[in-house]
Amino acid sequence: MEWPFFIIFGLGMLISSLLVITRRNVVHAALYLLLTLFCAAALYVMLEAEFLAAIQVLIYAGAIMMLYVFVIMLINVRESMAERQWQRQKVAAGVIGALLAAEFFVILIKGIWVPSAKTAEAAKAALNAYGGNTEAFGVTLYTEFLFPFEVVSLLLLAAMIGAIVIAKREI
Amino acid sequence: MVLEVLFALIKIVIVWGTVSLLVAYMTYFERKLIGHMQVRLGPMRVGPHGLLQPIADGLKLFLKEDIIPREADKAVFILAPLFALIPAFVVYSVIPISSGFVIANLNIGLLFVVGVSSLGIFGIVMAGWASGSKYSMLGGFRSAAQMISYEIFLGFALVGPLMLAGSLNMLDIVEAQKETWFIVYQPLAFVLFFIAGLAETNRIPFDLPEAETELVAGFHTEYSGMKFAFFFLAEYANMMVVCSIAAVVFFGGYLGPGAPGAHWFILKVFIGMFFMMWLRATLPRLRYDQLMGLGWKLMFPLALANIFLTGLLMYLV
Amino acid sequence: MVQASPQPERIVPQTEELVVNMGPQHPSTHGVLRVILQLDGEIVRHTECEIGYLHRGVEKIGENLNYGQFVPYTDRTDYVASPSNNLGYVEAVEKLLELDVPIRAHYIRVITAELARISSHLLWLGTHALDIGAMTVFLYCFRDREKILDLFEVAYGARLTVHSFRVGGVYEDPAQQFFLDCERFVREFPRAMYDYEDLLTENRIWKARTRGVATLSAEDAIDLGASGPILRASGVAFDVRKAEPYAAYDDFDFTVPVGKNGDIYDRYLVRLEEMRQSCYIIEQAVADLPTGKTMARVPRTMKPKEGDVYHRIEGPKGELGYYLVSDGTDRPFRLRIRPPSFVNLQTLPLLLKDQLVADAVAAIGSIDIVLGEVDR
Repeated sequence: MEWPFFIIFGLGMLISSLLVITRRNVVHAALYLLLTLFCAAALYVMLEAEFLAAIQVLIYAGAIMMLYVFVIMLINVRESMAERQWQRQKVAAGVIGALLAAEFFVILIKGIWVPSAKTAEAAKAALNAYGGNTEAFGVTLYTEFLFPFEVVSLLLLAAMIGAIVIAKREI
Repeated sequence: MVLEVLFALIKIVIVWGTVSLLVAYMTYFERKLIGHMQVRLGPMRVGPHGLLQPIADGLKLFLKEDIIPREADKAVFILAPLFALIPAFVVYSVIPISSGFVIANLNIGLLFVVGVSSLGIFGIVMAGWASGSKYSMLGGFRSAAQMISYEIFLGFALVGPLMLAGSLNMLDIVEAQKETWFIVYQPLAFVLFFIAGLAETNRIPFDLPEAETELVAGFHTEYSGMKFAFFFLAEYANMMVVCSIAAVVFFGGYLGPGAPGAHWFILKVFIGMFFMMWLRATLPRLRYDQLMGLGWKLMFPLALANIFLTGLLMYLV
Repeated sequence: MVQASPQPERIVPQTEELVVNMGPQHPSTHGVLRVILQLDGEIVRHTECEIGYLHRGVEKIGENLNYGQFVPYTDRTDYVASPSNNLGYVEAVEKLLELDVPIRAHYIRVITAELARISSHLLWLGTHALDIGAMTVFLYCFRDREKILDLFEVAYGARLTVHSFRVGGVYEDPAQQFFLDCERFVREFPRAMYDYEDLLTENRIWKARTRGVATLSAEDAIDLGASGPILRASGVAFDVRKAEPYAAYDDFDFTVPVGKNGDIYDRYLVRLEEMRQSCYIIEQAVADLPTGKTMARVPRTMKPKEGDVYHRIEGPKGELGYYLVSDGTDRPFRLRIRPPSFVNLQTLPLLLKDQLVADAVAAIGSIDIVLGEVDR
């Protein structure tokens, strides 16, 4: 029953991510990125990570993409559209792209790190012990990962202060 | 399996149809209400007491010439109204209208609501940019900045009742209010939520970016015909969403004295809408910097204080 | 930009000043006024007004008509409070002709002019509140203004451009019903004013939009020749009705409200209080109404002696003056109107200096201009 949805969202993600990098109009590229993130959220739901899907939509699609879109729309689109799309580095890009693709292919074929049915069930049991996705997230974040959490908050605070300092005229 | 899907589809059609009709008639309701508050009658001509006015308006806008400015980005221009309207409808898929009737009983219902509403802002930004005019774009960005800021306060205001309910599931939140509604425990959160909701939907007193008497043109200046109708409907649909969330989270959703049922929910939504329209008739509008100042300097600390206090009281009691 | 340490060739991004055009067609400029704003971000650095879109050559027309024929043209300069304009002009002509107008006519003129003042202030309040976003006040003001227009219709036959007075008095003695209706109006109107006060005066949002915004200092107001509520809101207690009383105003007891700060809020309070004082004046006038003729003996063709006269009155918007030069014929050699809105509009650049552009609409509204008067 999941297969039709998986195909739709998987294909959607592939196609829109390709469109992101090939569109000449930067705003269109940004909007295709939005679509990609949506499909990613849908795939998360199918993997039973609902909380992650909601957070993906809320933060990545809602806030970060909004920031991208703001910045892109404020620059002069016509100028960027006149740039050459296929640059001189296409040879190097092609080589590196092919290498990466080969790596992914090998990983998929060899089945390196594919969770077996046992580990999947163990993971599910651990999740249900917490009482669900959100609860698991919350408890782990504030107990095991408390220190990285605080560090990240400080990092964000520094970014905010930096942005305000740069944008303000006088302090 | 197929039966489940079919059932879900029927529920979707019911909810979608009802919400569309209600949203259209909310425009009529507002015009009548504000009219009577302003010592006049409101629409009276089209149909008995003007009841067919929304249909006449819809028909007129449908038949209007569809103008797309030459400088506009066509695809984005056409997509923008959809981005503004559709998230409002999507949110209705998790709102419990009665104890048996919810299209999707998600475990992360409330988070879904906040996440999907944040997508509505894209419509505004895209509309402003795609119009091709400098002023429309700036007006659109202002609207968007206002909406993004107040979205944060909306989310924070919802954390209080969330802590009390202990779950993001909308049905659980309603059921947790069986004894007392959360408005009793979280009055501050409700006030913050309501004000943030007004700012989210660009209603008076927060509608400076799109007011006609102001200098910088709003994001929807270049829109005409059905696309403009979509923006207009999107505003009312978002208003209804805010009132629905308020009804579910603070006022017990479909619970009420006597038998719980959909009628209580609809009544509460209507009361919320009435209040929003009443505010529109009464208050002047805030200047943009005052509006942002109010949000970040007053509402944000209050929202954080509310969360802190709720946590403290929950721990002690 | 914050300069961290002096770096030799650091390019600091400059922002240009943006020139923004407001009008001539704009819902908030109260007529066909074009305002050109030079903005530095959100702050207005320089303002220019372009007027003349409603210029109809009224003063030139006056040179081709005789003194009596010109009176209807004065209705149409300040079309919001037309009896005031009538009053200024006919009094100027009477000064030129050295006519004595009967006392009853003077009282009727005062009643009508004060009604016109209330009507003008109501329209101002409604449109100003509408600009700032309080839509309901607009309709309440117009509801009350309807009563005044009905009064005009009963007495003079017209609602808006009333042509109420003639040179020498009032054409026809209004029916007794008119005075009874006036009395009822001034009895009921202060209650209606509670509606506006309730909605606006202590409203936090209204105060936030109008307190401290677009201030005009008393010196600047005097220097620019501002008059009327703008001048009084800035703290200068000057009212032509008290300084140079005309048309029986010295028979009445009333106070002239004076503000303190000269911001929009003070102008609002001053105009509200003026409406109350006008009610009080009308009450006194109707109570003490003398009997007698309402029209002096005026020659059929008015040929005043050669000479000139400047007569001013306190119109609702400020000092309204008429300067007439007579060359002995029945047509004026030169007729000049000193419109209060024209002179008051020149305070706009000062009002908007270093204010936010979002306040431009509120500031323009607070001056209370009528383009018919500004452009003539």
